[in-house]
Amino acid sequence: MAPNDTLSLVWAGIIALAVFGYVVMDGFDLGIGILFPWLEKGEQRNTAINTIAPVWDGNETWLVLGGGGLFAAFPLAYAVLMPAVYTPIIAMLLGLVFRGVAFEYRTRTTRLWIWDRAFAFGSMMAAFSQGVILGAILQGVTVSGRGYGGGWWDWFSPFSVLTGLSVMAGYALLGACWLIYRTENSLQDQAFALAKLTGVATLVAVVAVSLATPFLNHDYFSRWFETPGIYLSAPVPILVGVTALLFVRALRLRAQVQPFLLALALFLLSFIGLGISMFPWLVPGEVSIFEAAAPENSQFFMLIGVGIMLPIIIGYTGYAYWVFRGKVGHEGYH
Amino acid sequence: MFDAFSALTLARMQFAFTISFHFIFPAFSIGLASYLAVLEGLWLRTGRDVYLQLFKYWLKIFAITFGMGVVSGIVMAYQFGTNWAVFSDKAGPVIGPLMAYEVLTAFFLEAGFLGVMLFGLEKVGKKLHFAATCMVATGTAISAFWIIAVNSWMQTPQGYGINAQGQFFATSWLEVIFNPSMPYRLVHVLLAAYLTTAMVVGGAGAWHLLKDRRAGKTPREGTRIMFSMAMWMAALVAPLQIVAGHEHGTNTLEYQPAKISAMEGHYKSYPGGPDGGAPLILFGIPDDKAQVMRYPVEIPRIGSVILKSDIEAPMAGLDQVPPENRAPVGIVFWSFRIMVGIGMLMLLMGGWSLWARYRNTLHSDAWLHRLALVMGPTGFVAVLAGWITTEVGRQPFTVFGLLRTAESASPLAAPAVAASLIAFVVVYFAVFGVGTWFIIKLMGHEPTPGEEGPTRGDVTRTASLTPVPALDAGAALAE
Repeated sequence: MAPNDTLSLVWAGIIALAVFGYVVMDGFDLGIGILFPWLEKGEQRNTAINTIAPVWDGNETWLVLGGGGLFAAFPLAYAVLMPAVYTPIIAMLLGLVFRGVAFEYRTRTTRLWIWDRAFAFGSMMAAFSQGVILGAILQGVTVSGRGYGGGWWDWFSPFSVLTGLSVMAGYALLGACWLIYRTENSLQDQAFALAKLTGVATLVAVVAVSLATPFLNHDYFSRWFETPGIYLSAPVPILVGVTALLFVRALRLRAQVQPFLLALALFLLSFIGLGISMFPWLVPGEVSIFEAAAPENSQFFMLIGVGIMLPIIIGYTGYAYWVFRGKVGHEGYH
Repeated sequence: MFDAFSALTLARMQFAFTISFHFIFPAFSIGLASYLAVLEGLWLRTGRDVYLQLFKYWLKIFAITFGMGVVSGIVMAYQFGTNWAVFSDKAGPVIGPLMAYEVLTAFFLEAGFLGVMLFGLEKVGKKLHFAATCMVATGTAISAFWIIAVNSWMQTPQGYGINAQGQFFATSWLEVIFNPSMPYRLVHVLLAAYLTTAMVVGGAGAWHLLKDRRAGKTPREGTRIMFSMAMWMAALVAPLQIVAGHEHGTNTLEYQPAKISAMEGHYKSYPGGPDGGAPLILFGIPDDKAQVMRYPVEIPRIGSVILKSDIEAPMAGLDQVPPENRAPVGIVFWSFRIMVGIGMLMLLMGGWSLWARYRNTLHSDAWLHRLALVMGPTGFVAVLAGWITTEVGRQPFTVFGLLRTAESASPLAAPAVAASLIAFVVVYFAVFGVGTWFIIKLMGHEPTPGEEGPTRGDVTRTASLTPVPALDAGAALAE
């Protein structure tokens, strides 16, 4: 393997980590926005916001790392994919604008309902768009030369709508489990109820997407259902089943932290499943991580930065979470 | 209405719109973060409550500004790919890593410590909290360092090669980062951010001084201190900024002479010699079609003195530049004059404040306060005018001399770009308009003893502080 190929693999791993880091951190954060209409006005909503207010900004930075990392390490894939998913990207960004400013605005406004809705609507739009982007990439993108060659509505399909809804369901589940972990009393009761509903929705979504994906193209099918791919892929659905059972048990026992961890495990398994479908492609069947790779010295230069900075970042992000640990009340941090 | 525009023009409009709107926030938050660090440092050192009051007062404003900066900034990380895919493919290997470094060394730092800075004072104690404030301030400056390196490389590229796929690659990262215009631009932009903040703080202070004077009240200590600090900044930084700007201009003359020609409105070359130096054109109406300056008001030969420190120096004009490589003079010429004009006013105000201080009338000179109030928002105007000067002056290239703007865009469809442009315009004006309104409202009350810091979800308490809900015009705007 050429040194550049090894570097490209490392970078694919880093970007996968950034995307997963984003999903882990901003997932519950967007999920709380999605669940907002089902929380009581006033105290419950304020408490829910309180649990994420000090950290949401750091969470979204992972999205910038994912996008920026793709731009820097695989510029060709970035250049092909971004125009391909132009509309959902813009929708996601605008959604993030609405929900991001709502954090501050809702403490300043006297018309709370506007910013509560902006928070919920923005979160839903961002989550749905992210799912659509995922689906649009999975189902394939037309490439011509070194650019996108398809039309402006190619991203839109039943499959991408399904993945959009699935991501919404999954994020809502993460949000509910986060609230179980960080709150108490009536809000926590509500979170348990919501976790049950969104848990079912998420499982249905995972099954539906898993069943639909192999039929998008033959390559996916052979990876999942033919030897030798099946040896690698078969454990994934089995583990999903086990995780689901443990999750049901955790809810029944009213465990505090376990539901959140199990929901994360579910995301990790889905993520691995995606990896099995996609590897080594960035644009399925068209552009692999090796073809899209930036010149070796670009990737190497950044690797130094990642090697030094990522542990430090994880360290102080952990510190920030630790400062605001524990059950949160509705009075806010002062 | 968009039929008249090509997809390329629309993409340029979209980028110009989103980047201009975005930069307003960092231009303020870079300076404000440092100001907050200074205030908290003074509080820790002197133990005087007034510094804590001011800290909490401006912290609330910082929180809103920063939030708007973050969400409009995430947009920028994706604008390159959506609208400028070819540029991304070609320049990505060089500028991508610099932007990745910005994320790794600055964005995470700011975001990681912002929560502690906003809500953590009681939780972590004074010293750790001060450290968090300093981290956020440092993060904003590091962020400026990287993004200025990126922009400057696009202006004065060096340390690169071009591979078989037509992509740029770095041959020396040090040369890429510390390219010829980078140090000048960085200093100029950082000083601009500090001045912008000083203008806002000074404007808010002046507003309360004027209001208290009209009401016959003695201004509070916090108001006096913040006005005084802002005037010190104006007095010290405005002259520095003019020197820095001049040095930056000299650097541009060396590496991007065509941009200087456009800024100065020099369509024609001047041969130099005893009677041939270039004039300083103060005003005029540039006519790109005829390539002449109409109705010029000029001072003979001073152009050569300013740019080359030699009254007899020759000066190349746009006639030395192939027509297809010329920037549109009108925009560059006028935006440059707006920036310089505001800079001169800042200098005037700084000087005036020193005089008033000397005569002990700093807090009673109503005309100085009126000027400071009017100057409040001018930092933003100057910053945007400056960016327009340098960015439009780089046209028709994205990477100066190497990659044309027309060859940088994504394979775009005009309706898609037009629709997203409209969406950005509507959402930005509504959302950031409301945010600006909240900031103005916050600045409308005087810093008082027992000032509260930013609050989270606890809305009811904050709402009770503003008893007239019907007056929430910002929220009405969004309805």
